[in-house]
Amino acid sequence: MQLIHCPWCGPREEVEFHYGGQAHIAYPEYPSALSDESWAHYVFFRDNTKGEFAERWSHSSGCRRWFNAVRDTRTYTFLKTYKIGEVAQ
Amino acid sequence: MARTLQRSHPLQSYESAFAALPEGISVKAEPYLSMTDLRLPEDVDGPLGKALPREPGGWVSTADGLIVWLGPDEWLVLSGSRGPGELEADLRDLARPNQGSAVDVSAQRISLRVRGRHARDLLSGGCSIDLHPSVFQNGRSAQTTLGLTGVVLLALGADGDDFRILVRSSFAGYLAEWLVDAATEYR
Repeated sequence: MQLIHCPWCGPREEVEFHYGGQAHIAYPEYPSALSDESWAHYVFFRDNTKGEFAERWSHSSGCRRWFNAVRDTRTYTFLKTYKIGEVAQ
Repeated sequence: MARTLQRSHPLQSYESAFAALPEGISVKAEPYLSMTDLRLPEDVDGPLGKALPREPGGWVSTADGLIVWLGPDEWLVLSGSRGPGELEADLRDLARPNQGSAVDVSAQRISLRVRGRHARDLLSGGCSIDLHPSVFQNGRSAQTTLGLTGVVLLALGADGDDFRILVRSSFAGYLAEWLVDAATEYR
């Protein structure tokens, strides 16, 4: 089984983790100013990248913290993981 | 006549199965411990902050129990002598000025002690943690899955033959079955 490197706990089995969708989607600065269409874009529209993709993951069976990961969607290889608030190196 | 409920241990019925385990593996259900989940901001200092293990996957012993690292701002405090309410109240007094919280979770988990020269091999069969004493020795802990259930695994001793497992009470029966089953290959 693939091991995912939790920034807190270290390498753990993939089944301990939970997927959380695309990372780094900023909350709108003025949500009330958004049109329905742009709000729908914020809520529902995500990239469907072939290749390196930044995602959120949660170590749900371990420390239960969210973190970010860059994964290659073609090969399912985890290229890097980093804590929330950090920037991918 | 009113019937009163007798307090019982979830693993009471496994005592004979544990006693019949092969040589080199001993599993024992430990007495109840008071446990409190403590949440504090990461940068808390002071006597309480200093007493907490800061390194991910660490635990330290205290005067009457231990403190286990559960997350960067979360700890599990166990006490053998203070009652659940008393432990919670004590920690809440300490946590409150630091914008923290303390919640009694004594009923959540029970403690199992797994010992013996095959203990490490036995546990390795159910989790991916490197349990070798060079990396997982006294003072290290891991929240992980053992078999199919979530556990907090604590390493005791320096030889990799002494572990404590904290498991949710309702999964304790499953884990006991799993341990007994996994131990058959060492017969």
